[in-house]
Amino acid sequence: MKTDIKKGEDILVMDHVTKAFGGLLAVKDFSLELPKGAIQGLIGPNGAGKTTAFNLITGVIPATSGSIEFEGDRIDGLESYEVTRLGIARTFQNIRLFSNLSVLDNVRIAYHSHAGYGLGDSIFRTKRFEKKERELTDKALEFLSIFKLQDIADEVVKNLPYGQQRRVEIARALACDPRLLLLDEPAAGMNPREILELMDYIHFIKDRFDLTILLIEHQMRVVMGICEYLTVMDFGEVIARGTPKEIQSNQRVVEAYLGKGAGKIAAS
Amino acid sequence: MEIGYLFSTIVKMVALIAWIYGLLWGLGRKKLWQKAATVVLAFGVIQALIMVQIGDFSPFSAFDQGLLFQSITMTMVALGLNLIYGYNGQFSLAQWGFYGIGAYCAADITYRWTNGDASGIVVAGLGVVLGALAIFGVGRFLRTKRGVPVMSAFTFYLFAMVAAGAAAVYIGAAISPSLAQYFGSAGAPGPLASPVALQAVFFLSVIIAGAFAAEVSFIFGLPVLSLGSDYFGIATLGFAIIVKTLLVNSDTILPFTEMKGGRGMIGIPKLTNWIWAFIFLVLVIILIRNFVRSSTGRATLAVREDEIAARAMGIDVAGNKLLAFVVGSFVAGIGGAIYAHYMGFLAPGSFDFIQGFNPLIIVVFGGLGSMTGSIAASFGWIFFLEGFLRVLLGQMGTDAPSWRFVLYPISLLLLMLVRPQGLLGTTEWGFFKDRGAGGKFKANLFKKPKALKPAEETQP
Repeated sequence: MKTDIKKGEDILVMDHVTKAFGGLLAVKDFSLELPKGAIQGLIGPNGAGKTTAFNLITGVIPATSGSIEFEGDRIDGLESYEVTRLGIARTFQNIRLFSNLSVLDNVRIAYHSHAGYGLGDSIFRTKRFEKKERELTDKALEFLSIFKLQDIADEVVKNLPYGQQRRVEIARALACDPRLLLLDEPAAGMNPREILELMDYIHFIKDRFDLTILLIEHQMRVVMGICEYLTVMDFGEVIARGTPKEIQSNQRVVEAYLGKGAGKIAAS
Repeated sequence: MEIGYLFSTIVKMVALIAWIYGLLWGLGRKKLWQKAATVVLAFGVIQALIMVQIGDFSPFSAFDQGLLFQSITMTMVALGLNLIYGYNGQFSLAQWGFYGIGAYCAADITYRWTNGDASGIVVAGLGVVLGALAIFGVGRFLRTKRGVPVMSAFTFYLFAMVAAGAAAVYIGAAISPSLAQYFGSAGAPGPLASPVALQAVFFLSVIIAGAFAAEVSFIFGLPVLSLGSDYFGIATLGFAIIVKTLLVNSDTILPFTEMKGGRGMIGIPKLTNWIWAFIFLVLVIILIRNFVRSSTGRATLAVREDEIAARAMGIDVAGNKLLAFVVGSFVAGIGGAIYAHYMGFLAPGSFDFIQGFNPLIIVVFGGLGSMTGSIAASFGWIFFLEGFLRVLLGQMGTDAPSWRFVLYPISLLLLMLVRPQGLLGTTEWGFFKDRGAGGKFKANLFKKPKALKPAEETQP
């Protein structure tokens, strides 16, 4: 694990990243600096390009131009799984769990790249396989107990209620052993009580696993409650940056969300 | 007579399913001696039944043994296909082609050996080893480069494999004539003509056949697996047709006169007996189970469930698909080798792609994603179709056997309507069962939540 990045230094730097789908510029000249240990938010109206920005960071789609650096290394052009192995994990807007597998297996799959044994070990069932497999299962169960999922470890994921599926997804992302966690609308579809719980969890896992978190969210309660710094996007461009307080009173942001002239009404 | 036969076949089918259950149950025990005892016992039961003969009656006649060997080869192909289709979600029709490749490869090795020619095993063995080295070498080389397109990688691998094959043929042609003297003559057999040497060669030929099929599947799967699932299915169909065409023309297009093309290869030593069949069956079951019940196996399942999420979990999706495909084809090749030495005769017609739907039917029948189901369905299906229907209808008149291919599709239709998920769904028995949390989470329930440890301790 790389530890030469100190708290406060930038762990992720996106420099003038552009993504074009044909003639459409989904993300235009997008720059972002994410200091280690921060919780930052990425907000904007629907179709602003937030998820595309996430996909660019994680290598799901390649950037058209610009550079992305993680812990000082270029990661644009890497395959998605390589980015994950470097230490960036993510959740998805529409939950993408392995729906026919058990909760435990969903979390254990995330250990695949750092399971500590290879195919040879598993074919011949070596001592190392037994040891590492037991460790891995124990660690996965520990993750589940953090998220209060240990009782349902053997349940098939698709049978779970929505809120639990969200928690499984976050537990699975954490099991990838990331330093940077990208959460794509973690509170979508949750009720107010679950949202409060989720905010507690996010704070908790950040401290517990020494994480940097970047999240996309529409629920203003979450955004204002936990983010230290916000980046606002509209039509693929950054239209504002600042602390939640500053953003709330930013004219352009209000216009982007509510339309022109709405700022006056909001102010009055 | 018919009622008696019907009854005895049903008894045998049920007994065999129970036998499989017992084998899997025993192999799933924790202690090594329990596993070993199970294997010996499972072997012994059938061996005893084969040896028993009371007057005219034998509980396990030669005909039944034939069905048993067919079931075992079918089990191997079905297990491989279930790994590829049921576990990894890649619809493959090529398994029958790899089965044919394995059958002809092993048959050619032992055929040449019994005719006093060691070139088969020398060339094939060298080719497989050099091919594997070429794959690893090119793989290591390509890993140092970034962003090599699939087709370029394929070209590299193809050239390396062709070079390895050519080297094997060249070296083999240089070495094998010098071995000919050790075979001796018909009157005074040399050390290499001994039965022990033949058995050893048979064992090696089965392994080589599997490895050869695996390497062919690697080079075929590398570009083709990057296609989507449906397109991959069509491409594998093409592969099965190519293999069959090559086998039909093996004495004209390919330089193997002893395979006799479409007329069929005769004179293959019948070396498959219950011991070998059982050993390879158990080895294949253990291989597949150890693959499936490991981190790699879970990654394979993840690829089936959701490729994008699998990538986001750090799984090399393309590599994982290729791995599952290669392991599945290895197993199919071994099945083909066992089949060839049981039949003693190989015709390209039996490796037609139409026949290739048989393992597919078995896998779906037994339940996609249930290895136990594939084994049980292979045995049940062969005994039902080949044993039961064929003999029973054969006794009912000359036209009756044609009804076989009406009755068994109807039974398939009925099963699919009643149980669309297949006989066992995704349920596994004994050995194949995943232990899951292993009862550990229950112990955790009564403990207080663990005190928070510093992050360094929990992260490797």
